[in-house]
Amino acid sequence: MTQKEINLEEQFQARIDRDESIEAKDWMPEKYRKTHIRQISQHAHSEIVGMLPEGNWITRAPSLRRKVALLAKVQDEAGHGLYLYSAAETLGITRDELTEQLHSGKAKYSSIFNYPALTWADMGAIGWLVDGAAIMNQVMLTRTSYGPYARAMVRICKEESFHQRQGYEIMLTLCKGTALQKELAQDALNRFWWPSLMMFGPKDDESPNTEQSVKWKIKRKTNDELRQQFVDQTVPQAEFLGLTVPDPALKWNEERGHYDFGDIDWDEFWQVVKGHGPCNKERIDARVKAWEEGEWVRDAAVTHAEKKDSRTEQKVA
Amino acid sequence: MLNNSLYRYLLLLGDNSLILGHRLSELCGHGPNLETDIALTNHSLDLFGQVRSYFQYAAKIAGEGTEDSVAFLRYEKDYLNVHLVEQPNTDFAHVICRQFLWDAYHLPLMKALMKSKDETLAAIGAKGEKEAAYHLRFSSEWMKRLGDGTEESHKRLQSALDHLYRYSYELFKESEVEKEMKEKGIGADLGKILEEWKKTTEDIFRSSNVSPSDDPPAIAKGKQGFHTEHMGFILAQIQYMQRAYPDMQW
Repeated sequence: MTQKEINLEEQFQARIDRDESIEAKDWMPEKYRKTHIRQISQHAHSEIVGMLPEGNWITRAPSLRRKVALLAKVQDEAGHGLYLYSAAETLGITRDELTEQLHSGKAKYSSIFNYPALTWADMGAIGWLVDGAAIMNQVMLTRTSYGPYARAMVRICKEESFHQRQGYEIMLTLCKGTALQKELAQDALNRFWWPSLMMFGPKDDESPNTEQSVKWKIKRKTNDELRQQFVDQTVPQAEFLGLTVPDPALKWNEERGHYDFGDIDWDEFWQVVKGHGPCNKERIDARVKAWEEGEWVRDAAVTHAEKKDSRTEQKVA
Repeated sequence: MLNNSLYRYLLLLGDNSLILGHRLSELCGHGPNLETDIALTNHSLDLFGQVRSYFQYAAKIAGEGTEDSVAFLRYEKDYLNVHLVEQPNTDFAHVICRQFLWDAYHLPLMKALMKSKDETLAAIGAKGEKEAAYHLRFSSEWMKRLGDGTEESHKRLQSALDHLYRYSYELFKESEVEKEMKEKGIGADLGKILEEWKKTTEDIFRSSNVSPSDDPPAIAKGKQGFHTEHMGFILAQIQYMQRAYPDMQW
């Protein structure tokens, strides 16, 4: 590294330390740029793949009101994907390249979406737990150092917290309903509780990117801190629903002022991350299928636009 | 209730939006790119919004039930939608072509309902008119893009039109209840809608460089409750929760 680069890096860090927002045209270390492309695109991909498990229930929603709300929610996720891809594009990569990375498996997305949505109650559990866990991360990201990402997150957070309330309301309706409905709710909580805790990523001492991310203010809290915050927030909500969190070790710790909770099955976590979860293959196959079947459509749009332009030029000439 | 003309007319209107809204909702998350995915989901949302208005009104007239019992708890023969809206999402050209043939009918229909002597229908028409105008603009633009795009897109669009055009006749085949509603100043005059539909479609077919086949109309009696083989599968999905978990609140 030359002296000039060292100075630039120091100045850059000083800007971050002063909580200045970094903008697309500002100088930034290559690693900062790459880390952001990785993280923002991972987030965008999660939105897009996340449309699939919920999309699976749109045609079978139990009422017109629920159908419309679910459609609108999944549509919001497409919108989030769109602005996150745009935020990533400010760092010098195209949406097509990012899409290719998703399809080839080079880019990751949130592992939670590799779990299947099996019953209507899962629409409640996903909104309540999965969006709830996502918000913990996302609220923090509204103050992240990279301006375009932070601004995208402000808008996304507003919609996500609405989704979370909507999910909780589905759970509440089920829990106030018949015994069968309550059983559906409990079953959904049983299946989504642990994968939701896994959403915060590996334990801090096994999370290689955390230290640098905290220094760059990409992350302002560690994985374990956020996970604890989620458990502390969610357990009373489960109690209010009259549901049992599927963790025999779960206990309020007076001294710490937090809930203690049991060990996550990290073997399962890594297995899903590595592509061997219940639906990894199906999710990517669905994305690739939509992309490949849409190729002729995208080509047609481009060709039509070019023809139109050349006709206009001919007229002008 | 099917003997009540206004109720039956509401089903005719609402079922078309319900089944087409369902077909579009199947595509959510699977579009050719994010922008079209979002746009087609909007269409679906608009259609379901209309369904709710029609069926809330239908339940009120019936004096029993809810928008959901009307939407989910009828037998197949009591659904009165046309065959066009049941046609599957074979490819994007079929989706666009089905949408265009429908939108070109739906916009003048909404305009006509705005003038209905029935206040509720007039309000539904006023809201629907804006939505239908946007839908028609969207599908017309895509007709042109596909028709004037690549060789493949043109071929696919023509083939979709060959398949779907035969089903468009049914939209204009006046059923008894439509005739009665027209005469009472409540419903639309399908003859007038057909005139506008012809103008719109001929114009867009021309600029998309496709031509409708001169195949005779498909024999389709959706308005009398006779459907295609697709319909049972559509209802199996739409009704799944209400049938599997009857009499519950969601």
